[in-house]
Amino acid sequence: MSDGKPAPAKVPSNAGTLLHRAEEEAAKDPLAGVDFRELELNLYKPRTMFSIILSWIVAGMTLLALIPLFAVLCMLIWRGGRKLSLALFTQLPPAPLEQGGGFGNAILGTLVMVGLATLITVPLGVLTGVYLAQAGDSRLAAGVRFSAKVLTGFPSILAGVFAYGAIVLATGGYSAVAGGIALSILMLPTIILTSESAIAMVPAKMKEASIGLGATSTQTVLMVLLPTAMPGILTGVMLAVARAAGETAPLLFTALFSNYWLASNGHFDLMQPTASLAVLIYNFSGMPFQNQVELAWAAALVLVVLVLVTNLIGQSFSRQQVQQ
Amino acid sequence: MGTGMVPSYDPKAAVPPGTALEPQAKDDVVMDCDIKELYYGTFKAVRDTKIPIKKNAITAFIGPSGCGKSTVLRCLNRMNDLVRGFRFNGHVKYRGKDIYDPGIDPVAVRRYIGMVFQQPNPFATSIFNNVAFGLRINNYKGNKTEKVEQALKRAALWDEVKDKLQNSGLSLSGGQQQRLCIARAVATDPEVLLMDEPCSALDPIATRRIEELMLELKDRYTIAIVTHNLQQAQRVADKTGFLYVDTTQGGRTGYLVEFGNSKEMFENPKEKHTRDYIRGEFS
Repeated sequence: MSDGKPAPAKVPSNAGTLLHRAEEEAAKDPLAGVDFRELELNLYKPRTMFSIILSWIVAGMTLLALIPLFAVLCMLIWRGGRKLSLALFTQLPPAPLEQGGGFGNAILGTLVMVGLATLITVPLGVLTGVYLAQAGDSRLAAGVRFSAKVLTGFPSILAGVFAYGAIVLATGGYSAVAGGIALSILMLPTIILTSESAIAMVPAKMKEASIGLGATSTQTVLMVLLPTAMPGILTGVMLAVARAAGETAPLLFTALFSNYWLASNGHFDLMQPTASLAVLIYNFSGMPFQNQVELAWAAALVLVVLVLVTNLIGQSFSRQQVQQ
Repeated sequence: MGTGMVPSYDPKAAVPPGTALEPQAKDDVVMDCDIKELYYGTFKAVRDTKIPIKKNAITAFIGPSGCGKSTVLRCLNRMNDLVRGFRFNGHVKYRGKDIYDPGIDPVAVRRYIGMVFQQPNPFATSIFNNVAFGLRINNYKGNKTEKVEQALKRAALWDEVKDKLQNSGLSLSGGQQQRLCIARAVATDPEVLLMDEPCSALDPIATRRIEELMLELKDRYTIAIVTHNLQQAQRVADKTGFLYVDTTQGGRTGYLVEFGNSKEMFENPKEKHTRDYIRGEFS
């Protein structure tokens, strides 16, 4: 303390002179040196001008980006909306030159295959997400996370080729099951990564509270982490479902297409070629028959509405999580 | 704190204070904590800390930031097991049994020795489910509604929430959330309650309520509390341990300087560090 005393005495004397000068100036006229014209809004000042112009450019770019989305939607409603009727959802695709018909089997096929893929990926993906969020930076976790990230950019046609080799050749034919498996390959990484981040976002203090109360790790995961992360996980599932519903390439190799309902000998059967909206659009849009082309437009509209609805549901879940 | 106090170093006080307590109050001590060395990885966080925790009393840990008081508290129900690289030399005996014995299940330990944290941390679910959480994880077969009501009453929260048990626990104010966490901790009838700076995130009025609550709860539970608020320790604690940071060996290692009855420690601290700390806070 003894040798510390002179030092603090010096500092105030130094700062004092500066302070005094400022105080003296302020005492003369507190508002001296303030140019009030500086405070007025002046559009011709370069800085202001630049800011305004940039704001307009940004707004313009945003509108430009929205054009494709709305152009596609308008076109679909214009060309597909005319054909919209209840028959589309209940009838089978017509033969060439036949009038009417629908694509009830394709809607069902899409729902069944996406449903199958969801059944496969949700348990697998969510549990992997739990593992990644809990195991943190272990080597295995890092490897799994890297693979999942690589898989998100996986070309969908390769998922189809893979399922063709692994399922179609092994079971001896195109089927809804093979289609579902091909789609699940595409859904899995999205679900793993969104589940992981949703679980990692659960505040650490909640996990601590659970463990502090004497809960086991399993109880903590099931009763605290998963319920709290549920909105985020559901958002990921919805995004994956929306993506899978629109996939064509993997289904061409695995489910192919069918003009009939998903049944054989009057029974529901998953092991036969299956129609889907995406493949129906692909097949019918290239046909030289007006009826088929119109059906393809209507199917496109139905598919977009399906995807849009799933996306909106997913977003409403994520909004719930934000509100918590 | 007059001038009559002898500032010189008293070698007798260097004897671990806990030892002096043991003969008179052996049965009273629910937890006997003796930390010789505690490491996080290669970092030596705490050394030579011996604190007996008396039944139905409030034991406070005070000391400057980073002196390891929370670390010591977290040793008492093995919360430190969650920290990677945690190593520990010594023993923590709960009713004569070392809870760091290899045959002991840390999960079971935490069911007897509950914890309330610095930040109120209710789960993102209803008030009722928050309190019933402990009952659920223990597969409690009796009447949950009754137990939840009892716990909320003990935490002095019942009157404020009885009409909105289905509301989210997160909709409550900070002080209410902390009392909800206390209710959640007492619902399973633990014997010991550890509180890690339970009032540091609360305003003075809520702090006062929690302090009153602690005094009510000590009839039923044994409480150990970490606080950086000296007045709080003075108001509520029966026994106080003062921890300080030792920087002489290069690191920042916390150790117990003094332990004893709160009244004595605040009025007549034996150690120089304790005296400086307490005086610094008051003058």
